[in-house]
Amino acid sequence: MLIELSRPLPYGPFMDHGNYTNDYIRGILQSVKTIALVGASSNPARPSWIVMKYLIERGYDVIPINPGLAGGELLGKPVYASLADVPHPIDMVEIFRNSEAAGPITDEALTLEPLPKVIWMQLSVRNDEAAARAEAKGVKVVMDRCPKIEFGRLSGEISWQGVNSRMLSAKKPVLAGKGFQKLSLNRPR
Amino acid sequence: MTDRLPGFDTLAIHAGAAPDAATGARATPIYQTTSFVFDDVDHAASLFGLQAFGNIYSRIGNPTCAVLEERVAALEGGTAALAVASGHAAEFLVFHTLLQPGDEFVAAKKLYGGSINQFNHAYKNFGWNVVWADPDDPATFEAAITPKTKAIFVESIANPGGVIVDLKAIAAIAKKHRIPFIVDNTMASPYLIRPFEHGADIIVHSATKFLGGHGNSIGGLIVDGGSFNFAGDDRYPALSKPRPEYGGMVLGETFGNFGFAIACRVLGLRDLGPALSPFNAFLILNGIETLPLRMQRHSDNALAVAEHLASHDKVSWVSYPGLRSDRYHNLAKQYCPKGAGAVFTFGLSGGYEAGVKLVSNLKLFSHLANIGDTRSLVIHPASTTHRQLTDDQKVQAGAGPEVVRLSIGLEDKDDLIDDLNNALDAA
Ligand SMILES: Cc1ncc(COP(=O)(O)O)c(C=O)c1O
Repeated sequence: MLIELSRPLPYGPFMDHGNYTNDYIRGILQSVKTIALVGASSNPARPSWIVMKYLIERGYDVIPINPGLAGGELLGKPVYASLADVPHPIDMVEIFRNSEAAGPITDEALTLEPLPKVIWMQLSVRNDEAAARAEAKGVKVVMDRCPKIEFGRLSGEISWQGVNSRMLSAKKPVLAGKGFQKLSLNRPR
Repeated sequence: MTDRLPGFDTLAIHAGAAPDAATGARATPIYQTTSFVFDDVDHAASLFGLQAFGNIYSRIGNPTCAVLEERVAALEGGTAALAVASGHAAEFLVFHTLLQPGDEFVAAKKLYGGSINQFNHAYKNFGWNVVWADPDDPATFEAAITPKTKAIFVESIANPGGVIVDLKAIAAIAKKHRIPFIVDNTMASPYLIRPFEHGADIIVHSATKFLGGHGNSIGGLIVDGGSFNFAGDDRYPALSKPRPEYGGMVLGETFGNFGFAIACRVLGLRDLGPALSPFNAFLILNGIETLPLRMQRHSDNALAVAEHLASHDKVSWVSYPGLRSDRYHNLAKQYCPKGAGAVFTFGLSGGYEAGVKLVSNLKLFSHLANIGDTRSLVIHPASTTHRQLTDDQKVQAGAGPEVVRLSIGLEDKDDLIDDLNNALDAA
């Protein structure tokens, strides 16, 4: 039995943003492979750089988007100026910009073919109108969350930092393979 | 699946403690090691750069200590916690993270004597200036605030004298002036009072007392409530300014609502060094598993003993908020309806002499300088824990010459009452 915390979803077609279930977040992080990170930074002290590195280490194909750095490479990945420039399908668009900028970025993402499956706005970024436009097209939305924190929380890694993961389990966490200091999302529930 | 919120007793046993990923060990292993092997060079760099979660060196973090941290964070309803070598180390690291030389903080003048001493003397070397306020009169906290005030500090139930602090009233003042509100929750434990629910931003514990609960380990905890927004606030450069030791990282921005706990770890614990031993963390964790049962029994026994003493003719007064006649009884009903804790003071009609005699005549009560043990304890604060204070400060702190402090344990209450009766008769 895995007792997980955070409040249940209300009924209705749209997500109750602010109260995502662990299953919803885990489902997204387990299903996406290619993540376009809008607002990527070349500064290793910035959260966007740290999150990009972490997601690459966890096996995601991260595509950095930043017009100022386009044509170059970040953490070994080619940088593009915009989502439209990316030459292959994108599963998830992760928005590392402010809440206002998240609107037009979401609209740009919704012109892609095929559509991304998920639009994820970083911790402190929230744009409910943009979220509604995405959900109307069947695209899942996460707002005001950090994928690194969520991965760490659901896998159990974040517990090593004394953070309240709000997860209780009598099942073993699953090692991610290499070494002992990485855990997987495929934890029995 | 519906995510449900477990109860306090379940958290006391399970929070933070999944079976060991490598071995399946069900009890939390004691990771008695100084250091942890890196997966590879890049992994080492990520850990040192605070870019990955994991273990480096047990001064900075240790998996046994981390279980304790998550357990206490969950019980208090905080975002994260940090385990340290003692309750005093917890207080020190909190102020080190919040204060610059020349800064002030406002503290309740009814506190554990060691904290009064730490604030009055040790902190002077750092240029941190305490300003005292009266916890019975929240307005005195507001009056003490100046542009240099960086924090407010109180104990939820104050040691030694069963003082219940009106947390909500002081929290409102802290919020109005945008100052973090720190509560030392040692005497109540989260079983009796959960200060974040009353507006605290940061909680500290001496885990030496009720969390460990068996009188065998010194330890402390800092809990981050995640409620104070440090990011962008120039008054708190540890959290709001680029940190040169981490390549310009802004901790309050990078770690969001658990940034304060991370700053205490990576700036305070890492550089100043008061780390908790994993063995102590293990013993404290074991204690916490029975915290709800023990705290209830402590409080029930204490009420029975306090009621008995209140009716004894050699006792001039008893200060226990669980007593209906006590001046703090209404606050106790509001903040700790399950019980008012184990510790209280009383005065002997015979004064100082009678106090000294009582202490030496007791057979079951141990005469020592601690509280929150399974065993019942007794002390004369004026000559011990509060000795370094001036006479005036002693009275202010509820530790005058005639005062005896008890920490009621988990024994049969009738045996405790019998022991006190015999010792009082002989006194
Ligand atoms: C309320 C309170 N805070 C802090 C401390 C200091 O804790 P430690 O002795 O673990 O350093 C004590 C110890 O008596 C205490 O009672």
